[in-house]
Formats: sequence, structure tokens, C-alpha cells
Amino acid sequence: MKQDEVPQDQSAAFEGQKKPLYVIDEDGEYTVALSSGWEAEEVVLDQAIAQFETLYKDARRRVEQGLSAPLEYHMYHQRMDISVLAQSTGFFKWQVRRHIKPEPFSRLTDNKLARYQEALGLSAAELRSMPKEDS
Amino acid sequence: MPEINFDHRQTAHCESGAMSALLRHNGLDISEPMVFGIANALTFAYIPLAKISGMPMIAYRMPPGRLIKGAASRLGITMQFERFRDSKQGMQTLNDHLDQGRPVGMQASVYWLPYFPKDMRFHFNAHNLVAYGYEGENYLLSDPTFETPVQSSYQALEKARFVKGMLAPKGLIYYPKDIPTQRDLPGAIRKAINSSVNMMLRTPLPVIGVRGIRCVAGKLRAMGNSHEKKESYNKLVIGHMVRMQEEIGTGGAGFRFLYASFLQESAALMDNNKLDEVSKRFTDTGDEWRRFALFSAKMLKGRIELDYDKLADQLLLVADMEGECYRQLRQAIRQ
Repeated sequence: MKQDEVPQDQSAAFEGQKKPLYVIDEDGEYTVALSSGWEAEEVVLDQAIAQFETLYKDARRRVEQGLSAPLEYHMYHQRMDISVLAQSTGFFKWQVRRHIKPEPFSRLTDNKLARYQEALGLSAAELRSMPKEDS
Repeated sequence: MPEINFDHRQTAHCESGAMSALLRHNGLDISEPMVFGIANALTFAYIPLAKISGMPMIAYRMPPGRLIKGAASRLGITMQFERFRDSKQGMQTLNDHLDQGRPVGMQASVYWLPYFPKDMRFHFNAHNLVAYGYEGENYLLSDPTFETPVQSSYQALEKARFVKGMLAPKGLIYYPKDIPTQRDLPGAIRKAINSSVNMMLRTPLPVIGVRGIRCVAGKLRAMGNSHEKKESYNKLVIGHMVRMQEEIGTGGAGFRFLYASFLQESAALMDNNKLDEVSKRFTDTGDEWRRFALFSAKMLKGRIELDYDKLADQLLLVADMEGECYRQLRQAIRQ
């Protein structure tokens, strides 16, 4: 990529930051140029974020229908899934799958709940409840 | 603690950035591309069995940690690595290093570092940054991803350094203990290039190196021919691949521009015109990788029709070009 081809697409995700790209200047020498974003990158980043949004919005619906515990919502909202949450709590995946159901969740011991608090960075009260709005 | 004057520089990739910054601080002025190249960190790997958030693993560089170890061993540098079972102990040791005036590299999770923009926070636990001081409960950090130095509270840093799960950092701290004054840089470069060429051309697995790129092209073509309607999943896989290539600090084109820069620097250092030629070809290859990303993004956005064959053909073009580059590289470093 040449220096004058560096995309400057003002990616919102960068929040004003810029990122360095290795490019060649007019003499053919490698140098570093800052980019404010590239549309192609933004498309795939938005896609990844939208995927989590879909997941936690679906989870919110299941919680409201009484099919899931708020834990499922918080898991997706913190950009995790069953396997990431299992790895970061040390539970097996089948245990996490069970714990996101309302009945098993309500019976979680304080000890087990603490592992979810730690992994998700939320208090017990937050884990047991749903925020009014998605943030 | 004594004040440490740390020369913060933003780099394309966190691991090569943290390593080159630590070496520079300890008197060895070495560029990011040189660290990356000499560690033969470049690769291509497609590992469908290792799923990350349901996506197959696609890597454009060697696994986390290999870059630091690789560069150190090629340059004869002794690195000190410290991991901790207890997070308080890990934080105390960090303070001790800083009290002794020693900046240290750390591994941490991107998600829990408070200064990351929200949209860039994902559960990637092998981010690298340097700590160079603290003021009370506030840590002064040189994170290579950012333009200026950043800060973090004790709690946030502790959490980011001690998350559990895949690639768990376990509070990893590292710094160079001994840097030899006598170095054979051209020799190290030759070995590194040789090793990269072998990996990219001769790994006896169809999913690594140039064959790996061809393999992904084949997968894309198969997606197009499949009767199963899995378009939304396929789109996620394509998007995931482009993210690994561009969005996760690679310096553009999945580290290919970074590597071309390494080749150019090496050419000047070794007075080797052939290397300079390959550097140009490698830049062209990077441009084709960028084109692959651009086509993908347009298809994902629906601006052009989703055409798996077109993406596969583009990857085959990249594979041919890269394969040729590695063959020329082998010639270029033959003495």
C-alpha cells in the first residue's frame, strides 16, 4: 500500500484514535502512516458487535418469558458465550448451560455465584436482575 | 518509586511493539518490523477444530508468546518471565520492579483494560503492554496500540492480568535480563527468513502456510456449492477472517506489510538487492490481501453480490503470489 492510499474513513469504533499501517512512501521506502479507519474493517467489526447484540436481545426475550435466567443475558452482554464463560469460571460447558436456566440459577450456592461475578465483573444483585435498557 | 523515562511509541502489533520498546529501553535500538521478522512470527494457519466464539481459528502470525521468545533466542537475549498464582503477589511484584526503575512487559486481557474503546473490547487475553510507573493506585502504561501513554487503576489492571480462560495471562511479567553486545544480525535474519520460508512452503499439513491459504479458498468455494442454506454463518466466518487480517493490529494485510518492511530493512542492512526486490513483491501480495478484505466487506454489506468463487479466486491469487515470494526469498538469502 502506498502512503497516499491510506484510508481515512473516520471509524467511530476508534473513538478518535488512529492506528498505524506500514506503507511505502513516494521513494519506495517503508514508513508508518496513521489511519483513522477503513470502511472494510468497520463492516466486519460492526458485524461482530451486531452478532453479540442479537444474542443478548434474544436472551432478554427468553428471560422475560421465564425461559432463561438473567445470567444468559449478562453472558452475551459481556461479549462472552457458553464456552468463554465456562473457561473463565472453570465450570464445564454443560454446567453453564444448566446454570443459565431460571430454576438451577436460583439454587446456585454463593460460592458458585461468586465465580460468575468474578468472570463477568458484576455484583450478585446485578447478576440476578436485568437492566431496564441495553447499554 | 524512581521516575522512569519511557519512550512510548505506537506500533502496529502489540507483541512486537512491547518487545521492541523493552529492548530499546535497555539499549538495543531495534524496529518493530525487525523484531517481528527475526522471530519468524509470520504465518498462515487455518485450524477449524480450534473454535473461538464458534469461529474457526485463522491466524496470520504465530501464537502469542512465540514472537518474544523467538526474537530473544535469535538475538541471544535472556528474557525473564514471571507468572503468578496469587494476583496480589503479581501486583506486588510489578510494583517491586517499578520501584527498582525497571519497566516490564505484561500480558493482559483487552476486555478489562479500562482505556480501550468499547467497540474494541473483546475477550482476547494475550494483549501485550508495558508498565513504566505508578502513582498511588494508578499505573502508567505504554500500550503499543495507543498513540499516547495510558493509565489504569490497580483493580482494573489486576483483573486484566488475572482473567481465567483461554490464553490466561496468569499475571505474566517479562523483561530482558541480559542483552549481549555482540550480535550477528545478518546471520539471525538469514536463519529467520529460512525458517519462515520452510514453514510457509514445507509444513506437512494442508492447513498451514501457502497450502493453508489454498485450503481456505477451497472451503469458500465449497460454501458456494453447498446445498445447505448457511449463509448467515458463512458471512460470519468471512467477516471473522477479515477481522483477523485487518482489524486486530496487524499493520495492514495480515502482517504482510510489516513483513515487507522487515525485508526492506534487512536488504539495506545486508546490502542485498534481491531481498529488496522480494520486499516489493511482498507489498504487492499485501495489496491483494487488502483487496480480498475489500471484496469481502462489500459482499457482507450487500453492495455486491455474495460470490464465494470470486473470494476463492482472490485467495488463490494471493497464494500463488506469496508462494513465489517465498521461493525468491530462499534464493535471495543463499550465500
